[in-house]
Amino acid sequence: MGNEKIKTSRRKFLKSAGTLAGVTIAFQWLKSSQVLLFATEPKDENLPWYGIVIDIEKCIGCGSCARSCKEENDVPEEPFFFRNWVEQYTVKNDGSVDIVSPNGGIDGFVQRVPDEDIFKSFFVPKMCNHCAKSPCIQVCPVGATYDSPEGVVLIDEKYCIGCRYCVQACPYGCRFIHPVKKVANKCTLCYHRLKKNLAPACMEVCPTGARMYGNLRDKNSDLVKFLKEHTTQVLRPNLNTGAKLYYNALSSEVR
Amino acid sequence: MDPHYQHLYNILAHSQGYIFPNEIDLQWGILIVVYPFITGLVAGAFILASLERVFKVKILKPTYQIALLTALSFLLVATMPLISHLSQPQRAYEIMITPHSSSAMAIFGFVYLWYLMVVLLLEIWFDYRHSMVVWSNEKTGVMKWVYKILTLGVSDISPRTLKWDRKLGYIITVVGIPSAFILHGYVGFIFGSIKANPWWSTPLMPIIFLFSAMVSGISMVMLIYMIISYFRKKTIELNVLDSIGKFLFFVLILDFTLEGLDQIQRIYEAEESFEIIKLLVSSKLYLTLFVSQGLIGTIIPLITLAFLQFYKHQIKLKKTMYFIIGILVLIGVYSMRWNVVIGGQLFSKSFSGFTSFKVGLIGLDGTLMAAFWLLLPFGILAFLLWLLPPWKMVEEDSEE
Repeated sequence: MGNEKIKTSRRKFLKSAGTLAGVTIAFQWLKSSQVLLFATEPKDENLPWYGIVIDIEKCIGCGSCARSCKEENDVPEEPFFFRNWVEQYTVKNDGSVDIVSPNGGIDGFVQRVPDEDIFKSFFVPKMCNHCAKSPCIQVCPVGATYDSPEGVVLIDEKYCIGCRYCVQACPYGCRFIHPVKKVANKCTLCYHRLKKNLAPACMEVCPTGARMYGNLRDKNSDLVKFLKEHTTQVLRPNLNTGAKLYYNALSSEVR
Repeated sequence: MDPHYQHLYNILAHSQGYIFPNEIDLQWGILIVVYPFITGLVAGAFILASLERVFKVKILKPTYQIALLTALSFLLVATMPLISHLSQPQRAYEIMITPHSSSAMAIFGFVYLWYLMVVLLLEIWFDYRHSMVVWSNEKTGVMKWVYKILTLGVSDISPRTLKWDRKLGYIITVVGIPSAFILHGYVGFIFGSIKANPWWSTPLMPIIFLFSAMVSGISMVMLIYMIISYFRKKTIELNVLDSIGKFLFFVLILDFTLEGLDQIQRIYEAEESFEIIKLLVSSKLYLTLFVSQGLIGTIIPLITLAFLQFYKHQIKLKKTMYFIIGILVLIGVYSMRWNVVIGGQLFSKSFSGFTSFKVGLIGLDGTLMAAFWLLLPFGILAFLLWLLPPWKMVEEDSEE
């Protein structure tokens, strides 16, 4: 009788220990393969972890950024492919919003709303948000798009199968299929320039210094100082993409 | 000018409001409408077959093998629209060799292979093995060897082995039901998990896809059963149709309820995307959503099916009505796929405007190609029915 009892309790113990071990292993596996939760974190302490600031108050809508980007990165001239573009928002007195971006702002803007109807107007430059929890990286079926160790979202052009799932997954409309290369394409924060300690083309040419990039981990960097002194916001914060492109003076009309 | 650019300039001229410049080029065209339609037919047809086997709905016996072969015919083609829409189709194998664990799409190859190799092929093989052994003994020439090869050399047809065939076939069917659910629920998840797109992003998406899959698969098998009977000059049995019809009626109600719930939730919550979606359904999707999917594909079939449950006269008229319902339901489900896939890409993620979609006739992603992938399974089915005619199968004495 006593023996039987010990046997039963031992069996029970083994059962629950086994279950616990199984659950732990399964959990570890899920954790390591990031099947359900998806985020990238900085791995190498010695490398920068890039963030970007765009100061809407400084943007004059000249379109130099969009123009230089196309030249620097071999993006076709047609107005359907942009790594970088500028939008003009005009909030009218009646509350409606007029948004335009003719040829991505490359040729500049002409205000089409009569002055007397304008409540306020401003420019919003757009580019890849280099999210830390990038929906585009998460969905790529072959892992052709990935985070560089510096937190820059890149694409392996020799690996992309052109399924376009990443284009669908980007909430900011920053991706397109390159019509010549036939693979996904997007802003690389001019990674080829960053590696040579050169600023991205769009930042190099911006005449008002409305764009800034820097190391988010360096508390003394200009970028971090700017973030400390200004109230900034990311686009679509509700989507929790971990966007690292921070806008100063972002108006609520912008998406 | 490059025809692709010309096409995009035309689209640009027809866009409304503000759309992000990269959104003018609509990424997923008609082939991606065809893909979930085809996988839906597979899952639906299989579930109908399983109903006969697992739940022992004897009346559906005449449709059992037809349903399985239909599922196989469509499954064999299911990957083709996907592969032909890739910009780099020659790299498609990468999805199997280096799947990205966090990607919903990466699992497709595995779900597909599991379903094809473990579920469908095995079940059909166990089902037909006895007959194939008998046929390989009866036939002469090439066909003798074809059947011999198909038996994979297992020619034992002793009652004990046949009993095992049935048992294993049954187990596979039981495994197959959740597999069919996963196959199509998963297709829904590909869309439902895209948080950037409010028209797609709903946890109900996999379930909606699943039920609409069942609806379409059941209708397709019913139609194919009627067409086969017609060509074989056999009577279409009304009790079979009534039984399928009853099943279709209940699943259609569930499907309609789920989609209704999804929309009601959307309207009541009225999140930031509400205005643009309201515009979308009332303009660009009006015909395909309200008329084609709602009225033609759901309401009319539901009312007719309800009526047919009670109507007992004029057998010929009843059969015609079932046939028409089958077609209407398929049109409805195809429209549903269209509304999801194309509808979800027509509005800008800026929620401030629309692009437009114009499908070309020729090319890898044109209408002709889509029609080809939709028609090819029927060719395969005709071949399979010739190779493995369900009506010539060896009758089992000790049916379980």
